Amino acid sequence: MLLTRMLRRQRIAPVFDEPRTVESLDRNFESPKKATFPFSAIVGQDEMKLALVIAAIDPSLGGVLVFGDRGTGKSTAIRALAALLPKMHVIADCRYGCDPCSTSARCDECRAREQTGLLKTKLAPVPVVDLPLGVTEDRVVGALDLEMALTRGVKAFQPGLLARANRGFLYIDEVNLLEDHIVDLLLDVAASGENLVEREGLSVRHPARFVLVGTGNPEEGELRPQLLDRFGFSVEVKTPDDLQTRIEVVRRRDSFEQDPAAFMAKWESQDESLRHQITAARGRVSSVLIPDSIREQAARLCMALGTDGLRGELTLIRAARALASFEESNVVETKHLHHVAPATLRHRLRRNVLDESSSSVRVERAITELFSA
Amino acid sequence: MTSEPAVPDLAMAVCLFAIDPHGLKGILVKSRAGLNRDHFIAFMQDILPSLTPVRRVPVSIAEERLLGGIDLAATLRSGRPLSARGLLAEADGGILILPTAERLSPTIAAHLAATLDDGIVRLERDGISEQRVSRFGIVVLDEGIDDESAPGALVERIAIHIDASAFTQPGDEEGFNCGAIAAARKRMPFVVIDETSIATLCSVARQFGVGSLRAPLLAIRAARAAAAFAGRAKVEEPDLMLAARLILAPRATVLPASEQQQQAETQPEPPAQEPSDSSESQQNDDDNNSPALVDPTLEEIILEAAAAAIPESLLERLKLTGSASMPARSMGKAGAIKQSSKLGRPTGVRAGTLRDGVRLNIVETLRAAAPWQTLRRRDTLSRSSRVEVRAEDFRVTRYKQKTETITIFAVDASGSSAFNRLAEVKGAIELLLGECYVRRDQVALIAFRGRSAELLLPPTRSLVRAKRCLAQLPGGGGTPLAIAIDSASALADGIRRKGQTPIIIIMTDGQANIASDGTQGRERAVQDAIAAGKRMRLAGFTALVIDTSPRARPAAARLAGEMGAEYAALPYADSKALSKLAASPRLR
Repeated sequence: MLLTRMLRRQRIAPVFDEPRTVESLDRNFESPKKATFPFSAIVGQDEMKLALVIAAIDPSLGGVLVFGDRGTGKSTAIRALAALLPKMHVIADCRYGCDPCSTSARCDECRAREQTGLLKTKLAPVPVVDLPLGVTEDRVVGALDLEMALTRGVKAFQPGLLARANRGFLYIDEVNLLEDHIVDLLLDVAASGENLVEREGLSVRHPARFVLVGTGNPEEGELRPQLLDRFGFSVEVKTPDDLQTRIEVVRRRDSFEQDPAAFMAKWESQDESLRHQITAARGRVSSVLIPDSIREQAARLCMALGTDGLRGELTLIRAARALASFEESNVVETKHLHHVAPATLRHRLRRNVLDESSSSVRVERAITELFSA
Repeated sequence: MTSEPAVPDLAMAVCLFAIDPHGLKGILVKSRAGLNRDHFIAFMQDILPSLTPVRRVPVSIAEERLLGGIDLAATLRSGRPLSARGLLAEADGGILILPTAERLSPTIAAHLAATLDDGIVRLERDGISEQRVSRFGIVVLDEGIDDESAPGALVERIAIHIDASAFTQPGDEEGFNCGAIAAARKRMPFVVIDETSIATLCSVARQFGVGSLRAPLLAIRAARAAAAFAGRAKVEEPDLMLAARLILAPRATVLPASEQQQQAETQPEPPAQEPSDSSESQQNDDDNNSPALVDPTLEEIILEAAAAAIPESLLERLKLTGSASMPARSMGKAGAIKQSSKLGRPTGVRAGTLRDGVRLNIVETLRAAAPWQTLRRRDTLSRSSRVEVRAEDFRVTRYKQKTETITIFAVDASGSSAFNRLAEVKGAIELLLGECYVRRDQVALIAFRGRSAELLLPPTRSLVRAKRCLAQLPGGGGTPLAIAIDSASALADGIRRKGQTPIIIIMTDGQANIASDGTQGRERAVQDAIAAGKRMRLAGFTALVIDTSPRARPAAARLAGEMGAEYAALPYADSKALSKLAASPRLR
């Protein structure tokens, strides 16, 4: 009797006979609303939070890679960032969220619209798009719209996730488990800022500039060097050691889970002021001065560490500038440079496969050696 | 202290899970398949409210079935793309049962973990872009022996870890029935927990060396569920004890410090600063004025209760490691073996015919057929909206076969070796590790010394771990060569059964002096080693013997000969030669 009961319960419903298992694709893009933990309420993890904020101030810095233990709130921080970011202007009806202020990075559709008349703009939230594991190539780059093709015989392009992430963030959880052929696609697009689709008789090109945010656990495997290099920042998160901090984390999380709405309301003002700071810093960033002495320091640091290529140096200087702007300073100072150096350089050190000391330690050491005297 | 018998704990574990499946994320049941486990699952299904969806996830499940994807039959019938829900979405509001979880691929585990975290299934496949709410709990049945276990990413998220082999069904009078569960579910949102209890659970977790903060959070939820089940409006001591036993104790990585140390540790803690949001946290009446301060007596009680619940085997292991220091890292389930379920990676799609062994790519086939639909309908004068697919539309996915190689290092760390050149051997391994990294191989490390061979590092791709492990390699003792060869063979056998390719690299001076039964004696030890080598040859593993003795001696060369292995003497094997050697067996 026991056995029959178990069998009965465990039978999987037949897929095709039950109407509820089959649904139309009309429900596309309907995303369930979910309460997000406020960014300001995250306890500690300052390096990660700062890297995300700087990436939001200057998106051209490249992405943020967050590596760390399980249960340290990596995903929480990124979801919180989405809710924190100020809205942006986009061209209305544009499927790629083109920027009305920039003429260089526009899709063909917007160029055509421009010919016919004035462009309408609207405010839209900055997209934070999930690139889930198990994603297929056609959904990443976009493909022939099956529904249109099958029902109406029309050849139309269905934009993929890269289109949706344009001017926003592309978030990959467990980035080290992403399949290689998907990584290849990303590398190509991240380098050019443009997605070129040539398939099924379609030839589409559209802007795809996004900030790559990846999280992972180093114990699950390493990341390919080419992908590693695309990230502007690499931060390491650890579980807090100190009991009071741990209690505070647990308490905030618990009260959030009990009553998300009340908790979010309580932190809204802090999130709001951070949002203003980011907006202000964005407006200021291009006018912040970078003294030659700072450039020299950056160069000396990178030489001492033996980082490959110039990307590290560039990122370091620009990150320092974004930080200076965030701290309402008009000129980049040494402290800014030193503050962002570990996060911008630690993943660019030439790989000494078996050096005992961690990359962070090596960067810190180089900074003290070079600049303490 | 009041350590209750284990059996009601098991029943309570099921009961808490039934009350809050999604909040607690799941139960990890670590035991072999058997009648008790079946009873356990039947009992769980019995107390779940009726109509709760229960789905079984076969370990070999395809991604598309798990996540959902295009529904071929419905699409062809109706002439427009229709999607089918995956198992994850079907389990919304219910539970998933996951048998033989130790075989689960990291990718599937990551999908399960992501859905557990968000309560949302994100589908971006086959031209479909969907997000569906799905909140469920997982029953993970882990039958792993020794170092096999379910993937760490999943294990860490799941609240309750138990061994069900001692389960007996509680009587009806205990009040475990779906009515009680349903009532508890209603009460649970209103159960409050005070600051002291939260602080206590955090502190206890820390003293057990539990790094992740998920554990105390899950323990809080469990305590709430327990209070709700008991009909209490507020979490009290028995609830905390139960939560500590079920959730914190099985995660322990160190034994709590002795009482004196504990006192010393609790005393100098600064009084908690009045937290900013304490206004909204409910104060209880018997609480004193510093709510976030850990109550030492309560903590002691909980700690003791939890320590009593630590399973015997874990206790032994913890005693062996014996350190009372708090590791900064999370436990991360050192035994989790990464395995690849891929049979090569897709490299593209091409037009093709349906032969044996090719996989039709449904979506690409439909895409190929789509532009022709209007014309074909005209040709066949068909008025229906069915999709007309012809043979020339067939598209098949090409896969690039790439089986993974796992290099097993068996390192002689015995006295004779250690004195001579263990450091040099480590250097050589580091070189080889670098090679393996370049090829994206996995590595495993076995060290043999004294009377045993120990698997220091299960197969991993993480160089970080390999490095750490190698740095800590101890030396000294006898040379149990036969035992080492046998355990390397056993590991290689397991690897081969998973469809991966093992390569064995044995680094020894060949001076065996411990026989396979652990007794001393050079002659028998050498004979045993040769016998073990012959067995390995029969099993057909690719092997390489690196002679680490100061001057090349015939012993290691003879062993290599018996094994059918390549032989190299370390003095002559400079870095280049070593790399070449490590690569060469692959070609065969």
